[in-house]
Amino acid sequence: MSDETKTITLTVNGESVTKLVDARTHLVDFLRGELGLTGSHLGCEHGICGACSVRLDGDVVRGCLMLAIQADGASIETVEGLTASGEVADLQENFVERDALQCGFCTPGMLITAAELLREAAPKTREEIREFLSGNYCRCTGYHAIVDAVETTLTQRLEKSS
Amino acid sequence: MKAAKFDYTKTNDVAEALSVLTAEDGDSKVLAGSQSLGPMMNLRLARPDRLIDIRALDALKAVTQAPDHLFVGALVTHAAIEDGILPDVTRGMIQHVAAGIAYRAVRNRGTIGGSLVHADPAGDWPAALRALGAQIVIDGPAGTREAAIDTFQLGAFTVALEEDEIVRGVRVPALSGSARWGYHKICRKPGEFAESIGAYVCDPESGIARLVLAATEDAPLQLDTAAAAIAQNDGAKFDLDAARMALTETGETFDPFKLRMHAVALHRAVAQAYGA
Ligand SMILES: Cc1cc2nc3c(=O)[nH]c(=O)nc-3n(C[C@H](O)[C@H](O)[C@H](O)COP(=O)(O)OP(=O)(O)OC[C@H]3O[C@@H](n4cnc5c(N)ncnc54)[C@H](O)[C@@H]3O)c2cc1C
Ligand code: FES
Ligand code: FES
Repeated sequence: MSDETKTITLTVNGESVTKLVDARTHLVDFLRGELGLTGSHLGCEHGICGACSVRLDGDVVRGCLMLAIQADGASIETVEGLTASGEVADLQENFVERDALQCGFCTPGMLITAAELLREAAPKTREEIREFLSGNYCRCTGYHAIVDAVETTLTQRLEKSS
Repeated sequence: MKAAKFDYTKTNDVAEALSVLTAEDGDSKVLAGSQSLGPMMNLRLARPDRLIDIRALDALKAVTQAPDHLFVGALVTHAAIEDGILPDVTRGMIQHVAAGIAYRAVRNRGTIGGSLVHADPAGDWPAALRALGAQIVIDGPAGTREAAIDTFQLGAFTVALEEDEIVRGVRVPALSGSARWGYHKICRKPGEFAESIGAYVCDPESGIARLVLAATEDAPLQLDTAAAAIAQNDGAKFDLDAARMALTETGETFDPFKLRMHAVALHRAVAQAYGA
């Protein structure tokens, strides 16, 4: 019952996966190392940078602060899943359009975090967008273009739905 | 970095969780949201031999309302409180505080109980719940006991909790319709740990007036004399000088920069409470 390793079964991007994991392995090491899903990045591994953001049962979480073993029975979505489903296609286009990425290291985390904000489909000020993204570090862009891309996507979605 | 090796146990039974904490040798730690313990293990500042994942303990997820308080289970997340899912007994105070903790991704996992036990001097719940005068409900081998928050946090990262005890939840006193509160957190970036926290709660109906300063190097500091005077004057005379004076009168020493910042945090918290 108390284990250093355990076999877990979870859903990753809609597919069921069963694997033996070490208790100490955090979720993103598992996704990258065991499943080859290298879209989730590791920057700080202590909750500060947001590069590791993934979705757990629909909510954005820090993938470096959750153990893979804790995801037993859960549904995980990564940037690969969000890309395949087309949920963030417009956001990705706007990232390219606005040059909202340079090295791209922060981008998956930015997309997943912004997707959470966009899901509400409620008007937001630039200030509110900045605040929502404040837990995701970007060392290249200076953030301005990222806020532009998120704001543009939100405006487009609100126009479409009205 | 990566966490060192440990054993992992998950249980949905409080008695079993307690028995794992007591019965086995080595250093056991409870795992709740992992938003403080996770970073500490990854940095190897913490190297427990065994983790007991308590996220499946339903007893610690309960939210129950009584006439004079709201019981909030230890596992209730910052995000759940932010979203206003709980009955509002504090005139919006705990919702406001929750929304200011870290980032949504952290709030989705981090818990109110974990925050209290972790007892970061700059933690938001230790400060806010101290101002509200909350009671902590604790489960141990001998049964359930209650502790006043004023005596629960002993210092930075230290609480009066035995190794074989877990926090079941916290009783948040209900404020009356005439109560006022203010909460001001100074940080350079939204969501960061605070450089200073001022918290003020006053309820004329129950006669409570509490002023708290947090994000010092120690447990939150309670300024009772100042709070009573503020309540009497409806906040009117509590300007920056008065805030500085109140801080000096505690006998604590602050460097001039910190003193200034703490005075601002207290002053703004009180001003918020009186709508100034
Ligand atoms: C990037 C980042 C920014 C943050 N910013 C802030 C901030 O601005 N303000 C703030 O207040 N916090 C902040 N936090 C901390 C966050 O609020 C944590 O959620 C909280 O401190 C701990 O809660 P947890 O549920 O994650 O506990 P865990 O990390 O799981 O546990 C913390 C400690 O408490 C013990 N514990 C947990 N639950 C119980 C229980 N029920 N009974 C007994 N022991 C228990 C554990 O054994 C451990 O020692 C931040 C965290 C991160 C990663
Ligand atoms: S790697 Fe998880 S927050 Fe930085
Ligand atoms: S694009 Fe390089 S870190 Fe953001």
